[in-house]
Amino acid sequence: MKTNERIIELLLFLSAATAVTIVALIIIFLLKEGLPVLVKVGIIDFCLGMKWNPIAIAGEPSYGIFPMIVASFYVAIGSLIIAVPLGLACAVFLAEIAPSWARSILKHAIELLVGIPSVILGFVGLVLLVPFIRDHFGGWGFSILAGSIILAIMALPRIISISDDAIRSVPREYKEASLALGATHWHTIRKVILPSARSGIVAAVILAMATSIGETMAVLMVVGNTPILPTPIYDILDPVRPMTSNIVLEMSYATGDHASALFATGIVLFIVVAVLNVISHRALKSKMGTRR
Amino acid sequence: MSEIEIESRNLDLWYGSAQALKEITMAMPEKKVTAIIGPSGCGKSTFIRCINRMNDLVKDCRITGELLFEGTNIYGNSVDAVELRKKIGMVFQKPNPFPMSIYDNVAYGPRVHGLRNREELDRIVEESLKASALWNEVGDILDRSAIDLSGGQQQRLCIARTLAVKPKVILFDEPCSALDPISTAKIEDLINTLKHDYTIVIVTHNMQQAARVSDHTAFFLLGELVEFGKTKQIFELPEKKSTEDYITGRFG
Repeated sequence: MKTNERIIELLLFLSAATAVTIVALIIIFLLKEGLPVLVKVGIIDFCLGMKWNPIAIAGEPSYGIFPMIVASFYVAIGSLIIAVPLGLACAVFLAEIAPSWARSILKHAIELLVGIPSVILGFVGLVLLVPFIRDHFGGWGFSILAGSIILAIMALPRIISISDDAIRSVPREYKEASLALGATHWHTIRKVILPSARSGIVAAVILAMATSIGETMAVLMVVGNTPILPTPIYDILDPVRPMTSNIVLEMSYATGDHASALFATGIVLFIVVAVLNVISHRALKSKMGTRR
Repeated sequence: MSEIEIESRNLDLWYGSAQALKEITMAMPEKKVTAIIGPSGCGKSTFIRCINRMNDLVKDCRITGELLFEGTNIYGNSVDAVELRKKIGMVFQKPNPFPMSIYDNVAYGPRVHGLRNREELDRIVEESLKASALWNEVGDILDRSAIDLSGGQQQRLCIARTLAVKPKVILFDEPCSALDPISTAKIEDLINTLKHDYTIVIVTHNMQQAARVSDHTAFFLLGELVEFGKTKQIFELPEKKSTEDYITGRFG
């Protein structure tokens, strides 16, 4: 009996340890592969370098990923600008206004949206969105705008469901107090419910940003992938190359320093996403702290 | 006898197919305290929530009969629940200040109704906090979060928040059930003062409290109004057997 318990506990511990070990191994591997080029080029020159030219025909190759870091943030922030107002409005509707039948239809639709493989979204973007942007807004079509729209569609369900949870977890007493003072429902939503749900909503937004930055396939298919800054810098119709695309596009033929530079791109990407996840987690936790 | 402020005539209420209130007929006089007592589930909270139409939030809630406030039916077509709630304030069972500063809590109502003038707001906040006997304790920490106050202070803050809207009626839904005896005594003192200016309806499961603060008492049982009359009479000479059983503690 006693030994049985011991063995089960040990097995459970090993299972838990496996997850941690895998993460640790991945980080170690990333560092081992990526560090050589980071040391050689220098972290600052690597992150802030403007020129990505890994296979130089004449002269030294250069590994600067600044345009790609900018591109990753550009596309992710662009997606948030589209998805946050839309998602928040949808969450408010779901949590506060929708009758139960509408709520269940919407909930199912949103779950379906999560289930769409990113490559399909990318494909739709490629054949519908890119030509649409080319014909109606100009430019090449492959652009920051196209990437942002596709990412926004992917971010929507996440933003909606986490915000919906946050809004629904606002104590009913707050709502009643506000209504009892003669506030309208809309006023109550704006002044009491949304502020009380704020930390949950912030967490949702940051988490969505982290996922958007890490998203690869759908973005790759519509952003055009040129490793330079848009000119002028605010031109959202210009093509760009986010960090994720950079790795996918070149890894099949990269060798030596070039391969190492791709791993180094991975390290930067990993750090950015990890930091965003931590911030998102903190935001959620601080909410718990202020709760009665 | 003073004027009747709120009058209920044959009020029935259903939650779906379950009837929660049966033919409630009673009149609550102006600037008096009317207590509603009865065991849990007797419909006393449901009744008080009819008066400011809080039951509008409950799905499948159906009401027939009449509930008059200053002579007009609260459930009439022309009545706007939002406007009605400005005149009929409510203090809830669990203290529920908003997670904002003390000042913003009290100023919430006036701001809702469009007041922006800072001096005027300052004046209302001070007046309301004084009227709820909280000013001496929080007058110099108005920027602090209301969540940091003790339970009793929070409840008095909720009363101040209600007063700031300048209602005519204040409904108290078991306001002391989450409070310690000292805080309870403070709230009861407050109710005794407030009744000079406001019509008060209080739901309580504490019979001593009803006896201490109210002028009239209604005894509810299983959704029906068993007996309604002067508090003294209800507690000393109840007409119905079940009222006597309840107030002498035989059930409930």
